[in-house]
Amino acid sequence: MTLAATRRNVLSVALGLTVLLLIAALAALALGSVHLSIARVCNGLLGRGGDSEALTIVRGLRLPRVLLAALVGAALAVSGTALQALLRNPLADPYVLGISSGAALGEILALWLGGLWAAAAPAMAFAGAVATTAWVYLLGRRGGRLASYTLVLAGVITASFLSAVILFILTLLSTRDVRGTAFWLMGDLSVITNARIGWLAPAVVLAIAALYAFAKDLNVLLLGDVEAAHLGVPVARVETLVFLLASLLTGLAVSVSGTIGYLGLLVPHLGRMLVGSDHRLLLPTAALGGATVLILADTLARTVVAPLELPVGAVTAVAGAPVFIYLLRRSAG
Amino acid sequence: MTSDGPTRDGRLSVDRVTFRYTHFELRPAGFEARAGEVIAIIGPNGSGKSTLLELASGHLAPASGKVTLDGQDLHAMPAAARARMVGIARQDTPLLFSFTVREFIRQGRHPHLGRRLFETGEDERWVNWAASETALEPLCDRRVTEISGGEFQRAVLARTLAQRPRLLLLDEPTANLDIGYQIEMLALLGRLARAEGLMVVIVTHELNLASEMADRILLLDAGRLVRQGAPDAVLEATELSRVFHTEVAVDRNPSSGRPRVTWVVHPG
Repeated sequence: MTLAATRRNVLSVALGLTVLLLIAALAALALGSVHLSIARVCNGLLGRGGDSEALTIVRGLRLPRVLLAALVGAALAVSGTALQALLRNPLADPYVLGISSGAALGEILALWLGGLWAAAAPAMAFAGAVATTAWVYLLGRRGGRLASYTLVLAGVITASFLSAVILFILTLLSTRDVRGTAFWLMGDLSVITNARIGWLAPAVVLAIAALYAFAKDLNVLLLGDVEAAHLGVPVARVETLVFLLASLLTGLAVSVSGTIGYLGLLVPHLGRMLVGSDHRLLLPTAALGGATVLILADTLARTVVAPLELPVGAVTAVAGAPVFIYLLRRSAG
Repeated sequence: MTSDGPTRDGRLSVDRVTFRYTHFELRPAGFEARAGEVIAIIGPNGSGKSTLLELASGHLAPASGKVTLDGQDLHAMPAAARARMVGIARQDTPLLFSFTVREFIRQGRHPHLGRRLFETGEDERWVNWAASETALEPLCDRRVTEISGGEFQRAVLARTLAQRPRLLLLDEPTANLDIGYQIEMLALLGRLARAEGLMVVIVTHELNLASEMADRILLLDAGRLVRQGAPDAVLEATELSRVFHTEVAVDRNPSSGRPRVTWVVHPG
């Protein structure tokens, strides 16, 4: 049954999910081409016991990747949750709606143009996400109302068009090999630097915290624009800010990891089954759950065909696409 | 909170409001309501009933004219402050996400939260009260997507009651209800009006329900407020037959003495 959204329940849920997240992170640090015992993982983390191999693997290789997965997972899942409330559509997801592809195009364009543009790549990814959300939103409107299927179809077509443009530019860039290109398009967490995590972490945390301030307004928005206005919510202002924050989170995620699909669909869906639809509970659940799910998905991607790697987006698509089809079938009924 | 709930000296004044859409114009319409009064707005489809209700709610700004509630201009008020005084129950709420009935009713407390993120014990008491008044307590843990149309209609009313407005506006509140629940809902509204001083304005196609429950009735015809007054003064056969383009007869309900409208059937 669903939980009441009280301060106590929000804290309990957050605590429980944090424990799960830590367990997933420990597993991710232990598993890989070299399996480490939990004791060695702890030694590596704390720099104890003179275990230099564990130190290199855990702190040097796996920890940055686990942190990146956690941040990207939280960003995409919260972005999906917010978009679903904004568009009143459980099928909304940054990837399905083409918003991730828009961000990716912004990023790629910046790299292609080079110079100062390349330095502004994350800002370009954000601009690409905002432009695509606005475009899909306009396409999805029919007679002043958002039509569920039109919206999804507009997103899917936009995504495929943008992917073609991205592929074209990547071919011109020719700095990435074909495999690297495919990985980036499918989502990839293998290219990381500590500097990136240094600015990504505060940006993601702040954007999620800012969205959480709108949690109770998002609940009312689910009743429709008119009802929300009747209940005193400044609808236009709230919708604009939520839309910008959701686009920002998608832009941030894409700029460091490419287009990882379906996480924004899968995690909120699981979250609603677990805690219900109240955003005061659902948003923290999506953030912590998204982090956990992407850490696990990335661990699978690293280990399933070891020593080779899968793009993590392939793993999330295998899990997420069936959920999308299930939700599509259910909303048709 | 001072604006929480109806008051004994409440007064709604709708002063010569007008509105214009592309193919429709509401001519200057005015009415007043005092604490505890129930007003019904009747008229054919497209006569402007819902427009007048939206104008009276303060949500739709009139082209001219003014609406004041307890002396305060409703259109000049911040939306959140207005939402603490005026509740509106409509029937076309979209339902894509499955809130429980309790969570749905709880949304009515939103205007009272202010900067708080969570409801207090007092908020929960009003949620429980609203659920109990609308006989929804047994359904509180069910999802709103899993209850019947009539139950959902009661949930919409419960959410509006939890809002603790001074002025309650209802658009076709009985449209999906069987006759038992229609009477029950109208009895509840009448009881709240008399007991607490709640002002109720209700748009309805059910002329006989309007007759039984309303202190005053407004009759609209093609954007004009053609009559207003006690049921006896408004529900008159010639006028209703003209406005609704069908022959009706008016006699009296023997149990209440109020006017009773029936349609006239010519056999053969």
